[in-house]
Amino acid sequence: MNIIVCAKQVVDVSEMKVDPSTKKPILQGVAQKISDIDKNAMEEAIKIKDKNGGKITVVTVGPSDAKERIKELLAMGADEGVLVTAPDNIDYHMTSTLLAEAVKKIGEYDIILCGEASIDLFSGQAGPRLAGLLGIPQITYAQSVNAEKDKVTADRNMGDYAVTTESTYPALVTVTKEINEPRLPSLMQILGAANKPIQEWTSDSLSSELKPMVETVDLKGVSMERKNIVFQNDLDKSVTKLVDSLAKEGALRG
Amino acid sequence: MVLVFSDNKNLTFEMLSKASELAKNLNKKVTAVIIGKTDDALAKEYISFGADKVFVAETNLESFKAEEYTDILGNIVKETGAETILIGSNKNGKELAARLGGKLNAGCVIDSNNIYLKDKKLTAERVVYSGNAIAVEQFNSTPAIVTVPSKAFDRLKKDDSRKGDIIKKKIDAEKSTSKILKVQEMKTEGVNVEDAEIIVSCGRGFKNKEDIKLVQELADVLKGKTVGCSRPIAADMKWLPEECWIGLSGHKVKPKLYIAAGISGQIQHIAGMRDSGIIVAINKDPDALIFKSADYGIVGDLYEVLPKLTSAVKEKMG
Ligand SMILES: Cc1cc2nc3c(=O)[nH]c(=O)nc-3n(C[C@H](O)[C@H](O)[C@H](O)COP(=O)(O)OP(=O)(O)OC[C@H]3O[C@@H](n4cnc5c(N)ncnc54)[C@H](O)[C@@H]3O)c2cc1C
Ligand SMILES: Nc1ncnc2c1ncn2[C@@H]1O[C@H](COP(=O)(O)O)[C@@H](O)[C@H]1O
Repeated sequence: MNIIVCAKQVVDVSEMKVDPSTKKPILQGVAQKISDIDKNAMEEAIKIKDKNGGKITVVTVGPSDAKERIKELLAMGADEGVLVTAPDNIDYHMTSTLLAEAVKKIGEYDIILCGEASIDLFSGQAGPRLAGLLGIPQITYAQSVNAEKDKVTADRNMGDYAVTTESTYPALVTVTKEINEPRLPSLMQILGAANKPIQEWTSDSLSSELKPMVETVDLKGVSMERKNIVFQNDLDKSVTKLVDSLAKEGALRG
Repeated sequence: MVLVFSDNKNLTFEMLSKASELAKNLNKKVTAVIIGKTDDALAKEYISFGADKVFVAETNLESFKAEEYTDILGNIVKETGAETILIGSNKNGKELAARLGGKLNAGCVIDSNNIYLKDKKLTAERVVYSGNAIAVEQFNSTPAIVTVPSKAFDRLKKDDSRKGDIIKKKIDAEKSTSKILKVQEMKTEGVNVEDAEIIVSCGRGFKNKEDIKLVQELADVLKGKTVGCSRPIAADMKWLPEECWIGLSGHKVKPKLYIAAGISGQIQHIAGMRDSGIIVAINKDPDALIFKSADYGIVGDLYEVLPKLTSAVKEKMG
């Protein structure tokens, strides 16, 4: 079975700060990582391969330093990586078109796995968009996946409903955080990943004249200021002080 | 033409108000779409909430499937020449909008709560980086697709005297190779955290499902009666229904008072409650992140703090 995992390099949002003078978020120097749920997609790919055999290819559209991140997924168990180098600030039309072209160039595929959403932009757009471009079924928000030889079934968390969907191949599946616990690679696996191939394709070589349809014209920072009054040690006093403070602020009048 | 679609009529009502405003500025009309069985009463309601026209795509599809709905909506977009498409941002709507974007090669912005024209271009703002920033996104091309979450816009005052055409058409959808085997309604308790004035939330600091009564009791004496939770409590443990789940991937709330007990305060949780009036945290770990996002905090074991707090509040409120 040929499995493709779409994984994105993102900034670690929990490390982000807002510049107090410009009120803009500071993106420079923030640690980069693989978007959390893409590791769940990777883990699921390994489970599918363990069961059905096959090959796992990781595809990332991103800057050239994303190669380091792809190595983490190779260490987890991917067989091969593809990095489509793209300029910063590309939109979903461009990202998904590049992913679609990369998938076509990879050629054979049965199942494409994505995260339900990326941790930085949190759109849940790239997966379904890619499925639309490829004209294949999409199974979103999978909480469990059962991939068999000729079909895949998934239980999906659709909010008000739990939906079970089945599809023949090829199909695109987006997974939730609850689907599994991503493994931590061993030192041996990390060392072994160095010998696994990573292809680098430029965006121009896959699709020429790609232009954004949506442009980010501004990024406004949001900072949150709170009182940060913390009571500790004597519990009874803490509770009394808290209740008094809440009463003073008028928060206890329903 | 501004097209509006959601499988949730309340979302459609809210979007119709924004659609009317945009249409006025663009000098266009608003069309609301219904996919499924003809429902004249609903179509009339859409007109009284601002639609100039209602397009009913008659199908006998039993349940929502993104592939089929995308095909139908795509055909309607082509037939009506719609330039602006607003879609309700529930899970169905998001995957529909994204696939439609791919199919039509159109720009798409998911989850926008502020949409306007700037330099004559459609502009949509959305929260990014888990609440650390707001991105201002501008469309360079049409059609432009934007999904809108609930409560982003207030619905217009209902005007039953408004007139509009109702167009009914049979539209065939591409058959998808995927099959829906089972649809199960999730259990709900009718909780509405988005409207709640006071919320008491629980996280993984709770050891058993039964212990959730500790937050329930506090919520009761606070007359908030509303219990919320972090993602693991709803999604992993399933101790509370989906409707209590607060955060980036859950509900966005802004009560006057938000109390978080046994919640670590990861940014994805904060993203759902950062607009609350007063934030109170209870956590046994003095270094827990939640204290950075709180106005008041108590360092302590929630199993001791909550009962004490409940009786102290009861006493205070008399
Ligand atoms: C893409 C994505 C989306 C997400 N969306 C959401 C979302 O919408 N909402 C959300 O909540 N999370 C979301 N998360 C998950 C989020 O990152 C955290 O994992 C989650 O919020 C942690 O939940 P928690 O605080 O309940 O559990 P934990 O992080 O395990 O924290 C438990 C806390 O309880 C404290 N504690 C333990 N015992 C006691 C005791 N006896 N008394 C007092 N305190 C105690 C501990 O000190 C700890 O701080 C998302 C994650 C991702 C990757
Ligand atoms: N640049 C990218 N490269 C590879 N995969 C991506 C990229 N952007 C998004 N994805 C995939 O699409 C999912 C949803 O991302 P998003 O639409 O940004 O929420 C991610 O979890 C990834 O699986």
